[in-house]
Amino acid sequence: MKKIVLHGRKVTGGYAEGEALVTHDTISGWGGINPLDGTIIEKRHELVGKSIKGKVLVFPGAKGSSGWSITFHIMRLAGNAPMAMVFKEMTSKVALGSVVAHIPAMTDLDQDPLEVIDNGDWVTVKADKGMIEVIKKRGIAI
Amino acid sequence: MDGKEGLDRQKAMELLVKYGEALGAERLVNTNNVCGGVSGASPFVRKFAAKVRNMDAVFSEFNLDSGEGVKILPVKAFTCSLIQGMDPAHWQIQGVAPDAYEFNMRKEWFYARIGIHLMNTCAPYLVGNIPVKGEHCAWMESSAVVLCNSVFGARTNTEGCESTGAAMLTGKIPYWGYHLPENRLGTHLLEVEFEVKTVMDWGLLGYYVGEIVQERIPVLNGIRHFPSFSSLKHFGAAAASSGGVEMFHIVGITPEANSLEEAFGKRTPADILKFGEVERQETYYKLISSAMNRNVDFVVLGCPHYSIEQLWQTCQLLKDKYVHSNTNLWIFTPKAIKDIADRNGYTEIISKAGAILMTDTCPALGHVSPKGVKVVATDSVKQAHYLPAVMGFQTWFGSQEDCIRAAISGQWRGELK
Repeated sequence: MKKIVLHGRKVTGGYAEGEALVTHDTISGWGGINPLDGTIIEKRHELVGKSIKGKVLVFPGAKGSSGWSITFHIMRLAGNAPMAMVFKEMTSKVALGSVVAHIPAMTDLDQDPLEVIDNGDWVTVKADKGMIEVIKKRGIAI
Repeated sequence: MDGKEGLDRQKAMELLVKYGEALGAERLVNTNNVCGGVSGASPFVRKFAAKVRNMDAVFSEFNLDSGEGVKILPVKAFTCSLIQGMDPAHWQIQGVAPDAYEFNMRKEWFYARIGIHLMNTCAPYLVGNIPVKGEHCAWMESSAVVLCNSVFGARTNTEGCESTGAAMLTGKIPYWGYHLPENRLGTHLLEVEFEVKTVMDWGLLGYYVGEIVQERIPVLNGIRHFPSFSSLKHFGAAAASSGGVEMFHIVGITPEANSLEEAFGKRTPADILKFGEVERQETYYKLISSAMNRNVDFVVLGCPHYSIEQLWQTCQLLKDKYVHSNTNLWIFTPKAIKDIADRNGYTEIISKAGAILMTDTCPALGHVSPKGVKVVATDSVKQAHYLPAVMGFQTWFGSQEDCIRAAISGQWRGELK
């Protein structure tokens, strides 16, 4: 099993590990995710019907309504938040969403997380150390 | 942050510091123009409120990210409330539950107590909040944020419930993103080849460009027809729905784009896009992809909330006509604009036609709709984008006239002309 290490900037601190859920589409909070079960509901989204609950969410960034943070806030209170977030593009929506979700989040990585991380990989986010470890899912060539 | 000014101020500062660090901001900036609030539309928030039985605790959680309920003192910065979960005058028709209505009224009372002005609209600029060029603001509501930056030349990021809560109590917000002049320059050049004249085409143009540039800054070149304010309002709302556009420039029209050179400054366009007939058609068919059944049972006008000019136009089309018995026509406007509509006789024209003029909310945000709706028509790109996902409705999109005709005939006959 090969381990890949990425370095980047802490958005919000903490340690979390979990299975990666990766999308190349930006994510809408309000109107894009149902916070009461964590499911992506945006019709034309790559992950429509999938739940982000308990995953390490790897995505380009946030889009859409300013209800982004409150959606992640409610998701946290309802127990449906992701374990951690890894994203490329910083915006006020994703920054505030990371803060109120009370989960570790990272950005500005030295390798493109969307290239390096695939669905199902085991990802450890050590935000305070500015480090992400990726263990590729067994049986998938790198 | 030592709590001398009150525990609420301390919680607010703690949140602003965490948020500023997450952004990578170096400091906070003073603001005296905040638009925010928390919607009671979410049943989760209401359940929380029923448990804590105290609006201070609800505000602490959802506007300050503080699990500890603290006493909220009057706001420090001038603050306006945005769109809410229902029209207090039509909540029963809107299908709102009595407990949601009661929560709404308690929340209004609380807002008034701490000095949040009850504009209750997604379009605060229609009812007196016109920011000055260069003014630092802390606004929520993507459709208002994009106008604040682009059309008024004021400065705001897209804030959220928690950051606006903290900003209203402290008069501060992170100095990041659109607050800095160098971040306001254009990134993508959009050559507009199709002659965009109507509000509907401005909506399509916005939806097209938002999907491509996402959260970056398009510069529109080649606009030959001077846009109405309604057109810019629809354009901004559309671009903020398909993407995350928070700022755009229109060369020769918006305040920071007197020329192409000024719009881009030292930046070189990352990409050059075009909007021609093909792009327009593709966008239109993408927007109506959820719609199949032409029997329309619900027509929605007024997203973003209609101005008095748009209500005037609506009434010209609706006067002495009747909404079809299988169809509902709901029109949304700020309460203060409805007051003018009442005096001008527009509310009467609308109600005689069997339609309803509503305030304070909209279907996508408030999840309000008549019973049993399956097929919707709207002149709003934003509603057309969100309603299929949020409410599960088949949704037609067209001009204001297409929509009013559909309301009268009960049949969708709109098309791209």
